[in-house]
Amino acid sequence: MGLENLLLGFQVALTPFNIFIAVIGILLGTIIGVLPGLGGANGVAILLPLTFTMPPTSAIILLTSIYWGALFGGAITSILFNIPGEPWSVATTFDGYPLAKQGRSGEALTAAFTSSFVGAFFSIVLITFFAPILAEVALKFGPPEFFAIQLLTFSSFVGLGGGNPLKSLVTILLGFILATVGLDIVTGQLRLTFGFTDMMKGFDFIVAVIGLFGIGEILLSVEEGLKFEGAKTSMNMRVVLDTWKILPRYYRTFVRGSIIGFWMGFKPGGATPASFMSYAFAKRFSKNAEKFGKGEIEGVVAPETAAHAAGVAAMLPMITLGIPGSPTAAVMLGGLIIWGLQPGPMLFVDNPDFVWGLIASMYTGNVIGVVMVLAFVPFFAAILRVPFAILTPLIVVVCAIGAYAVHNSMIDIWYMLIFGVVGYVFKKLDYPLAPLVLALVLGDLAENALRQSLIMSQGSLAIFFTRPIAGAITAAAVFFFVLPIITPWWRRLKGSPAPASQTPLH
Amino acid sequence: MRTADLVSAALLMALGGIVIYDAVRIGVGWGDEGPRSGFFPFWLAALMVAISAAIIIQALVSRSKKPFVTRDRFVPVFKVLAPIAGFIVVTDPPGPWSGLGLYVAGGLYLGFYMRWVGRHDWRSVVALSFAVPVITFFIFETWFLVPMPKGPVETWFGY
Repeated sequence: MGLENLLLGFQVALTPFNIFIAVIGILLGTIIGVLPGLGGANGVAILLPLTFTMPPTSAIILLTSIYWGALFGGAITSILFNIPGEPWSVATTFDGYPLAKQGRSGEALTAAFTSSFVGAFFSIVLITFFAPILAEVALKFGPPEFFAIQLLTFSSFVGLGGGNPLKSLVTILLGFILATVGLDIVTGQLRLTFGFTDMMKGFDFIVAVIGLFGIGEILLSVEEGLKFEGAKTSMNMRVVLDTWKILPRYYRTFVRGSIIGFWMGFKPGGATPASFMSYAFAKRFSKNAEKFGKGEIEGVVAPETAAHAAGVAAMLPMITLGIPGSPTAAVMLGGLIIWGLQPGPMLFVDNPDFVWGLIASMYTGNVIGVVMVLAFVPFFAAILRVPFAILTPLIVVVCAIGAYAVHNSMIDIWYMLIFGVVGYVFKKLDYPLAPLVLALVLGDLAENALRQSLIMSQGSLAIFFTRPIAGAITAAAVFFFVLPIITPWWRRLKGSPAPASQTPLH
Repeated sequence: MRTADLVSAALLMALGGIVIYDAVRIGVGWGDEGPRSGFFPFWLAALMVAISAAIIIQALVSRSKKPFVTRDRFVPVFKVLAPIAGFIVVTDPPGPWSGLGLYVAGGLYLGFYMRWVGRHDWRSVVALSFAVPVITFFIFETWFLVPMPKGPVETWFGY
């Protein structure tokens, strides 16, 4: 039955128009992934307004293709320029850049793209099988269960995010507060507008993403005085084929990375820890552990496989539960709402062609993607050789166009600038940005779930604990929320030293 | 870092206070159809105030002497920020005045930044600040049909 649906999906994904859309998306996505200040999340956000008039399936194919492209593009900058475009590419630089400096960039890039492809493919296959099952289960969920899942989503940022748990909590709350600004659709009441008509529309997550991740990232990178000193690329068919001959040797790393990536990836913020974890495991089990960090192909394979498996796995909770696993998935979820689709398990019942078209396009998109990046690496690398004084204004203008296009309003461009400054300050002070964006996107859904639950229980919060499924999920969420408090205690009890503080990623 | 932490947490706390004020105004209790509009923002803001207070305590206890940003590292940041603000004002200034539109402003901004920060020669400055707006105009206005703010120049060309 699943296969039949997948075939239906391929009929949607393989129409010439949708293949064309996928190619365009991957091309744009890779450019976006290569450019500093434009990552997957805000690349998707900028282009979202352009999809308002498209059929939803083509629109989601465009956006997911941009996402795949951005994931591939991150590997290019990590290996050739030692600049991780995204936090989960940091581990790729450890061995990728040394390899490039030894003149083996072709091998490193081929290994990275192939691993990305393998990791992504593994997750897509699992999604194909698990998504319908998960959606089936989720169909039985009521508002209390959905609210409990939201709690679990945000608790994992606090408990597993690694940063300052208080600051993670504050950004979550801030995101939810920003989401409540404007018209309350349930009661028709205006909230937190303080009489300003401009505030009535509220804060759009697209504008927030463009500002926080786009403008904020540019400000950070100029402050750090980034210089793009790229290694030369030597890509040709022979290097690719020669690398493919040695890659099967690392099958254990591929399998391990894929599993770690998928397991971590469907939880929010999972891609970055997954890539580090996979790298650490590969190093521990490798015979050449001492070569790691100096230019070992396996050190590129491990994080790339896991990061992409995780990146794809982030789509699973988005299509089945309506809970995005990453900021990029959050932006896509916002897109679903704008295109008039109800995210969540009902999608599988009401819009099977959309869901299965999307899943099938994950297969086609990644195949097209790996071929395109392998073929056009020199072109993508050349983009970073454009002088900084030209790139920066170009990126800013594109960001401004994206922000304006959301509601055709000037105030959004100003918001973009303000969010940019906030993003810069927050990043410097170690306030995480991803939970803020997720909270802003999920705000209305979370509030509705909470309200309906409370109406069901006539105001008693006990409903989140007494219903069996909701109770289990809430308990897990509470556990993650208090994890940062109990961890130091637990360590002291066991007498082991506290771990060295994690180095911030930016 | 410590001062920046204190200031930002205090600002978040103040923001929480404002939200609580407005939430209380519209009602935080139980209405005819369940929780009223102020219910959700009120509890969010109350939590935010409490946690900001905890962050303030955390910052007071810490002994971080690292500055938030040094002057020489902030100069390039300012050099990016100020032209962006200028670009937005030229596009469409707040108030009754009308601006030059996004394309012309974008071209001017690109040219200014290339010359001021990048010190590119005038030929490439003029060429790019002419070519880029024209290309983006055709991509967005005619291909994707997303209208951007336009000014007298576009009107003069009949758009």
